[in-house]
Amino acid sequence: MRRDVFQGIADPTRRAILSLIVLQAMTPNALAEHFDCSRQAISKHIKILAECQLVKQEYSGREIYCHLNSKKMKEVDKWLEQFRALWENKFDQLDTVLKNLKNKKP
Amino acid sequence: MTIQQQTVITKDLVNRKLFVVREFDAPLEQVWKAWTDSTLLDQWWAPKPWKANTTSMDFREGGLWLYYMEGPDGSRHYCRADYNSVTPHKSFIAEDAFCDENGNINHDFPRMLWKVMFSKSGDGTKVDIEIKFATVEDLEKIIEMGFQEGFTAAHGNLDELLAK
Repeated sequence: MRRDVFQGIADPTRRAILSLIVLQAMTPNALAEHFDCSRQAISKHIKILAECQLVKQEYSGREIYCHLNSKKMKEVDKWLEQFRALWENKFDQLDTVLKNLKNKKP
Repeated sequence: MTIQQQTVITKDLVNRKLFVVREFDAPLEQVWKAWTDSTLLDQWWAPKPWKANTTSMDFREGGLWLYYMEGPDGSRHYCRADYNSVTPHKSFIAEDAFCDENGNINHDFPRMLWKVMFSKSGDGTKVDIEIKFATVEDLEKIIEMGFQEGFTAAHGNLDELLAK
């Protein structure tokens, strides 16, 4: 099955997981405490996030910690930033059109 | 100046939607005109260095805008927007598509549904745009296609910044 960044963030629970581990790396158990769903459901979401390369799992002693792969997250920001640049370019041109309309009126 | 001329973009990937909000320092009637009059649309609709050129415009419910984007190398990409609903000076809903010069839709490309809403905001006008994609894949495809244009636009903005 195809996995990419977009699939990773397309689910509200997975987005919530990402927003939690942005602050600090967390164990799956600690993460599960923040949600109403089962530990298994959270594990499944973590698995998908890892397959999308949004989450890295690293052992620290006996515990496994979920880290945010911020490099991958930047890919999403990158395309949104480009989308924004595209629209800002158009809107700047629209500002000029509106300014011309205004100046035409007495 | 109280007008917030910053483009705010939010995404709702679950519902395959993007939201764009921007305020303009002009009365609502003029902003509406700039979005619905093809002579004015041609002046801003295409991101630099592209240029929009209208072939035909019939702005009304069930009507259609046929235009092409012309690149600096002279290449042409025909597009159409079908107006599904029009509430004058309030909102309109359009569905866009790539097509040939006769308006025959190219189904290899995803279509987007646009809802554009206009409201008064102080002395200016706020425009709320909701863009909906049929599938998550469509959304990705559009973004991928926008990459090149986006880069060019970003560079344009950078040039302006450097000139300051």
